[in-house]
Amino acid sequence: MSTKGKVVGIVANLVTIEVDGPVAQNEICYIDLGGVKLMAEVIKITGKNAFVQVFESTRGLHVGCEAEFTGHLLEVTLGPGMLSKNYDGLQNDLNKMESVFLRRGEYTPALDKDTKWRLVPLIKAGATVRAGDWIGKVKEGWIDHKIMVPFDYAGTATVKSVVAEGDYTINDTIAVVTDNDGNERNLTMTMRWPVKVEVKAHKNKPRPFKILETGQRTIDTLNPIVEGGTGFIPGPFGCGKTVLQHALSKYAESDLIIVVACGERANEVVEIFTEFPELDDPRTGRKLMERTIIICNTSNMPVAAREASVYTGMTIAEYYRTMGLKVLLLADSTSRWAQALREMSNRMEELPGPDAFPMDLSAIVANFYSRAGFVNLNNGETGSITFIGTVSPAGGNLKEPVTESTKKAARCFYALSQNRSDSKRYPAVDPIDSYSKYLEYPEVIEYLDKTVEPGWADKIMQLKDALLRGKEAHDQINILGDDGVPLEYHVTFNKSELIDFVILQQDAFDKVDASTPLKRQQYMVNKLLTICGNQFSFDNFEEVGGYFKKMINLLKQMNFKEFLCDDFKGLDRELDELLAQRMVNEQEPQAVTAS
Amino acid sequence: MKTKAFQKIYTHIENITKATCMVEAEGITNEEMAIVDGRPAQVVKIVGKKITLQIFPGTQGIATDAEVVFLGRPPTLKVGNELKGRFFNAYGDPIDGGPAIEGEEVEIGGPSVNPVRRKQPSELIATGIAGIDLNNTLVTGQKIPFFADPDQPFNQVMATVALRAQADVIILGGMGMSNDDYLYYKMLFDNAGALDHIIAFINTTDNPPVERLLVPDMALTAAEYFAVNQKAKVLCLLTDMTLFADALSIVSNRMDQIPSKDSMPGSLYSDLAKVYEKAAQYPDGGSITIIAVTTLSGGDITHAVPDNTGYITEGQLYLRRDTEIAKVIIDPFRSLSRLKQLVIGKKTRSDHPQVMNTAVRLYADAANARTKLENGFDLTEYDRRTLDFAKEYSRELLAIDINIEIDKMLDTGWQLFGKYFSKDEVSIKKEFMDKYWVGTAS
Repeated sequence: MSTKGKVVGIVANLVTIEVDGPVAQNEICYIDLGGVKLMAEVIKITGKNAFVQVFESTRGLHVGCEAEFTGHLLEVTLGPGMLSKNYDGLQNDLNKMESVFLRRGEYTPALDKDTKWRLVPLIKAGATVRAGDWIGKVKEGWIDHKIMVPFDYAGTATVKSVVAEGDYTINDTIAVVTDNDGNERNLTMTMRWPVKVEVKAHKNKPRPFKILETGQRTIDTLNPIVEGGTGFIPGPFGCGKTVLQHALSKYAESDLIIVVACGERANEVVEIFTEFPELDDPRTGRKLMERTIIICNTSNMPVAAREASVYTGMTIAEYYRTMGLKVLLLADSTSRWAQALREMSNRMEELPGPDAFPMDLSAIVANFYSRAGFVNLNNGETGSITFIGTVSPAGGNLKEPVTESTKKAARCFYALSQNRSDSKRYPAVDPIDSYSKYLEYPEVIEYLDKTVEPGWADKIMQLKDALLRGKEAHDQINILGDDGVPLEYHVTFNKSELIDFVILQQDAFDKVDASTPLKRQQYMVNKLLTICGNQFSFDNFEEVGGYFKKMINLLKQMNFKEFLCDDFKGLDRELDELLAQRMVNEQEPQAVTAS
Repeated sequence: MKTKAFQKIYTHIENITKATCMVEAEGITNEEMAIVDGRPAQVVKIVGKKITLQIFPGTQGIATDAEVVFLGRPPTLKVGNELKGRFFNAYGDPIDGGPAIEGEEVEIGGPSVNPVRRKQPSELIATGIAGIDLNNTLVTGQKIPFFADPDQPFNQVMATVALRAQADVIILGGMGMSNDDYLYYKMLFDNAGALDHIIAFINTTDNPPVERLLVPDMALTAAEYFAVNQKAKVLCLLTDMTLFADALSIVSNRMDQIPSKDSMPGSLYSDLAKVYEKAAQYPDGGSITIIAVTTLSGGDITHAVPDNTGYITEGQLYLRRDTEIAKVIIDPFRSLSRLKQLVIGKKTRSDHPQVMNTAVRLYADAANARTKLENGFDLTEYDRRTLDFAKEYSRELLAIDINIEIDKMLDTGWQLFGKYFSKDEVSIKKEFMDKYWVGTAS
């Protein structure tokens, strides 16, 4: 018999329940308010009192309301049919809710129980299996959705029977397995899993090494992220954080995108809802929405569910990773998640850490980021979760607790700069402050040598150096005046401007420029490095800016044209003519032309 | 929540603080309203039988034997067409001497819109002010504040925007408004003949500060009624949200909560978001647009209130006095309308985005040139041209007294480009250059 209880105290969404039996920390219960069931999670227990955070508004709740405990933690339902869905933070299907306004206590099933899926079995009776092994597959949209042995299965089991290929619903028994003690268990296409527990149904988690193409030059070229890597984007508001995340979700080379809109603006999610079903996915030729799952808990939705939403997203990602897919998980913004933790910690009257955040914030963040990664599955396949979170630092100050905690956990850092944003240099990722730890991995350097070109990592460093030198030259010019510095300073500065305008800046709203394949990035980088390696002759500094502006103009127009189309090549030739005017190298201008 | 046939009355208050009192009572629901010694109050905490009430006007003079009447319902507002043209206090009671409203009684601060039922905002709000329409275009369903120092004329600009915006209903939520400002709005709306579609909920500085907390919910509940039931285009003006946040901090302080940044409650973000996220484009035509004011202290946007606001709202508008032209302008650098991408170049002429960006870029070059000048460096010929451009751009487009159509703004932009710059310096996509360039050929 399940534990029951009665409400004895209420402060905002923290409710105290006197229980009549055993309760577990983080156990889920439902409080009955005149027939409306309010979902809540136990967050503290003292004696007979369980403190629960309610995932809904507690308006109208009173002492004496009955509560029923479910005996399990906060769980998600995993199975075919999650793709293209819009869930709230607790995995309720938002599209199944009919009314315009969210109704309290309305919970909708995550999966459709009546849909028939065409199951193709992948194993035969007699096989030995363990948690996460593939027993069959169904077509979910364009992906092969693997039906797996439930992740909670301990040890190995023998398959007693498997159904024949055919159409089944998620709750039909599709296989029977026998464990070593002879106990039989019926397997269906669905399973449940507690969101705060990492899925570990894989062989091991090696260091990641494969570059994940995002189509964003400032990331791919300068600070690449890898499949299974982690990164974060901090930045003051108005710096284009969300535009950058949307660009990543549209163009990144992954099989599946999970977007967690965590405590952010509803209209931003609406943008995804509206655009993704229309946008083409360049990889599959289908609509972008068909490889996307949205977990949406906007800022005005209940705070406690906001905390759950990032875990819900991660667990779904882990489920698909175990199928051998490349998953990109984006969370916007993890600061809102941290704030949700703070609000609860405050109500529980815990002693606060810095800025009133809970003391264990760092540990919670690190633990969450560690769930991403590249894995080798038991069957030799691989899968990955690349996680990129945004952080919204209070007052744009990167020394605040959430940014600091995240910096310790994430391997790539894409700092958005207010200055760049003010001068409309988008994406406003600061090339000097940002970094990718993966560029230090020998296996990544080796991978770049093989897939892009030998010595690519060195070229990245050359670009970075040119940018840094340009910044230093610019500082000197600002201090000493245009004519107070050698002419060479102006050239150095303008070379870095060239890189800035042509590589770093990218128009997210232009059809062609919005995404650049690595091949094209390679072409442009080589072109720019050649230009930057050249000597130019100028009579005075006033000529420098004008000349480089012309060059930038041509190269920018090239960015707007299809790669190697006639217009592109025409501009390329114009550029060569322009270069020939001022170049003093023996090097022929052809050296930088498309062949 | 049904109003009960009989009301529970208690006359034994256990303890009293500055803002709250505690009584022992049974069957009381969370967030329910009560009257303590004739003053409105709300249940904020329940521990067993001990009910803590927040008394909006403060507890001064309340005795331990004062009468406490529980109303059995959360705060409500009576909605109906009669709301139009009326002025109310924070509790939704008329303050204009008119009769009480007879209408449907709805709970304030109701549930959020299901995000999948929202429509993407796509209807442009034209204000005639180029600093807004050209550079920071507003869209229905948007929420955007003015970040302004108290000495700036934000009330005037907001009123101008409201009157030109062609909204079906304008709702003013005044929090901690000075009586003078209240009378200014009243007079302005009256003179414009707009009073028949104005509704105001006003908490002036002579009212208790904690009452302000009800104002946005009142205003937005009325807004939802018109936007949902009558499919109206509602424009909601909220001024001043900083004073709203101050009231939040007073309450959290008196409830012994641990303050986070700038002595604001840790829940500030969620509290503000609950208000601002009521802005929405509804599926069948109605919309709520929120234009708010967040006053800054000395232009400091890192303070918790503007900072959290910036993360919630879809952009922000800054006013700045341009001494070159002796006028107040909409600052093109720091102002931003996030939703403008949904309309510019789509609902407006296709060259709009490029003209906008180019003008701002050239204006930024002018700012650099000015820095150089101030530091005593020589200016290049290009620098001097940018300075001339900046002055004219500021006067013809950025000033808040501009009132022209958007096409005219774009044409003005092209004229200025042609007058001061060469084609290379302007560097706009060729297709637009071919069509609109009015300068010299090179």
